[in-house]
Amino acid sequence: MADLSTNCGGIKSPNPFWLASAPPSNSAYQNCKAFEQGWGGTVWKTIGEPVMNVCNRYGGLDVNGLKLAGLNNIELISDRPIERNFKEIAEIKKLWPDKAVIVSLMVESKKEAWHDIVKRTIDTGCDGIELNYGCPHGMSERGMGAAVGQVPEYCQMITEWVTEVSTIPVLVKLTPNVTDIVYPARAAKKAKAHGVSLINTINSIIGVNLDTLEILPSVAGKGSHGGYAGPAVKPIALHLVSQVARDKEVCLPISGIGGINNWKDALEFILLGASSVQVCTAVMHHGFRIVEDMIEGLSNWMDAKGYKTLDEVIGKSLHRIDDFGNFNLLHKTVARIDQEKCIHCNLCYIACDDGAHQCIDLTPVNGHNKTVVREEDCVGCDLCSIVCPVEGCINMVRLDDGKEQKTWNELVQQFKNDDKELSWENLAEFQKKHGIVIH
Amino acid sequence: MKNIAEKLTNEEYEKNFAELHPPLTQNSAATEANRCLYCYDSPCMKACPTHIDISSFIKKIATGNLLGSAKTIFKSNWVPLTCARACPVQVLCEGACVFVEKGEKPIEIGRLQRFAIESYFNSYKPQLFSKEKSNGKNVGIIGSGPSGLACAAELSLLGYDVTVYEANKIPGGLNTWGIAPYKLRQADSLKEVEFIKSFGVKFKMNTKVGEDISFNDLYKKHDAIFIGIGLGEATRLRIPGEDLTGVVDALDFIEDVKNEKWDKVSVGKRVAVIGAGNTSIDAVTEAKRLGAEQVYVIYRRGTDDMSAYDFEYELAKSDEVIFYFKTMPKKITGDNFVEGIECVKVKLGEKNEKGKRETKVIPNSEFILPVDMVIKAVGQNISNNFINDIYEIKIERGKVVVDEDTFQTGNKKIFAGGDCINGGKEVVNAAYDGKMAAHGIDKYLNSNKKSAIIR
Repeated sequence: MADLSTNCGGIKSPNPFWLASAPPSNSAYQNCKAFEQGWGGTVWKTIGEPVMNVCNRYGGLDVNGLKLAGLNNIELISDRPIERNFKEIAEIKKLWPDKAVIVSLMVESKKEAWHDIVKRTIDTGCDGIELNYGCPHGMSERGMGAAVGQVPEYCQMITEWVTEVSTIPVLVKLTPNVTDIVYPARAAKKAKAHGVSLINTINSIIGVNLDTLEILPSVAGKGSHGGYAGPAVKPIALHLVSQVARDKEVCLPISGIGGINNWKDALEFILLGASSVQVCTAVMHHGFRIVEDMIEGLSNWMDAKGYKTLDEVIGKSLHRIDDFGNFNLLHKTVARIDQEKCIHCNLCYIACDDGAHQCIDLTPVNGHNKTVVREEDCVGCDLCSIVCPVEGCINMVRLDDGKEQKTWNELVQQFKNDDKELSWENLAEFQKKHGIVIH
Repeated sequence: MKNIAEKLTNEEYEKNFAELHPPLTQNSAATEANRCLYCYDSPCMKACPTHIDISSFIKKIATGNLLGSAKTIFKSNWVPLTCARACPVQVLCEGACVFVEKGEKPIEIGRLQRFAIESYFNSYKPQLFSKEKSNGKNVGIIGSGPSGLACAAELSLLGYDVTVYEANKIPGGLNTWGIAPYKLRQADSLKEVEFIKSFGVKFKMNTKVGEDISFNDLYKKHDAIFIGIGLGEATRLRIPGEDLTGVVDALDFIEDVKNEKWDKVSVGKRVAVIGAGNTSIDAVTEAKRLGAEQVYVIYRRGTDDMSAYDFEYELAKSDEVIFYFKTMPKKITGDNFVEGIECVKVKLGEKNEKGKRETKVIPNSEFILPVDMVIKAVGQNISNNFINDIYEIKIERGKVVVDEDTFQTGNKKIFAGGDCINGGKEVVNAAYDGKMAAHGIDKYLNSNKKSAIIR
């Protein structure tokens, strides 16, 4: 069995699966239960300033009957007295010495306040600190959370207050509600943070009640933006993680967060540079028990692929991210429909005809419609194969042999060398030479 | 009858006639609707004789647009609640569902259609369709069964003054009188009638054409006539004993049961049903559910030859019906009352030009099955009604001949549809005929119109 243990910014855990700082990591009871079921670490729900919550706090996004494709919340940081939290953190760490116990912190932007809470946190015996600069609702209006994370200078200043007194690793949790996430990540680096965790939740309004016209979730008729999470945010999170991971200046370990529902999701974050992952919505939906499959699935995948340690996997796909200008324009694929597998739903036809490039024909045969791709017209967009409900029925077949290569950047350079303008005419000449037909 | 089956308690009757397929709840309907792939030009739509845009109405259930869902269904079919429950969906829409080809459970189209239509009937019933301005022309419709109802609804919306003539005291034809109660109750069929009435269609009940009113009067009174009278009398067995007390026609028996006063229906202790079509399955399972102790189906050919659908056969078997295949009734025995039925075994030969296998009696294979009641379910015929007297109307093989697009008969002013033109098919076929005939009539009476509106 593969070794799943990991070290994320100096915080060690038996596996990369951590509870994110959120309702599931609110109490000793929950963290203890999670550890019993196999979670490798927990980021204790943010402690700090006195707060009071409201109800209702959550809004779910259902997609075609699929519950909780997205989840938004307006819950604040821990509303339990801070002393009780410290006591429970210490108890849990004592009970579970080999698991990672990280404490998420948020206090007002005063040096003394941060120094004080950091010291008291270290006294619990925990393994690390995570700075909550991401919370987009409730706290940001009070100058905390995302209000800090959105300004790289604040982010750097406050992180410095923490790192100058901390004797344990410090992770900075980044908000996605910025134009370019790399800047606050660099600020964390400059302030000597040991790692970054991302993404925090995304600003959102989950919906409007069509009977009452109230904003959801409704607090006695009033609503507000909240933090969006769950499976729907995963692609955004993957992109932001990869951006931070590829930045030459940041160079910090990453704890990946955002819509992780199972081991496959987790693995994608790891392949894009995360050395641990944090989970919240999936646990809120199905409970701590999901970790068993996460551990098994990841381990089985690593065994099947021949990876022995997690380090061999971390960031393994990063080098495949490239600029559009470096893609081979002469790479050619077309869709092929396996008539044996086709069930005649015609979804590929309507998707292609209305939503793509009109290169699938419907031909009535024996009372059915036969769907056939006109390969000479197919642009290889892949839409038909992703709408097809039958596994393996539509395949994208590569037609080029890979020998010829011309990227956009190379083409532009060639035009320059040949003293040619980048014009539609010159482009058409290039396309014609390579048999590329644009309708 | 010599031996009448013991009456059951009301609870037992209700249990026996409880609906086979309960309605979907809001939640289960949404779940099932979301499972639908929303196929384009879907095979289920093509398999439906009325071509309901099934994937669209299901999609609308999924989005919560129930009014729109009902409207999509009504656009193609004016008796969709009956169809949802009486259609052999296994061989029509659901049989064509792409999930079947995928090796998965098909979408429950019938139950979803019922959900959409019941949601509408249970709502405040806002107007779904607007009527065209009255065009001053009137059409008489003979028969208020599914084809007549469909024709009436469609014509009424096209601006015609429509009067339906019905021999029975309660409208709906076989929708009301011919569907097993565990599939559909009378009250549900009548909801559709009421809906169509709300378009302004007039119903003249207890009015049998040829008896209470002459066809000639109607012919003079109306600009066009639609005939949707179904079939007539049950085909006779033509064997001795056929007139003994205890021999009944399947449709009479089924109609009796449809009154839903089950303790008033006499059923023998032992009942034999002759024939193995869907009507005979209805009759035999109903007899069983009324308390008959032993029930038999006697059919002269084999399982592969019978016209009953597989699921009907399965239902009968689960009701402990005993099937005598390759068995021919020779004589019904008894003095005044039925006491038994004498049968003879037959051997099946090659298929003839009609696709039916030849039967050959096996000598000395006679046996007597002691029964108290014989139900005849070997088909109906169109004889003995006014239609035979209209000389321009051609009847071939017991079916009224019509143009396949316009449903016009040999008399330009007379149109026909439903069982009387197809020899007895499903409700859904009749619904299609009636709708299409309405457009045939519109084309005939309104030939100057630029184009008939087909919703």
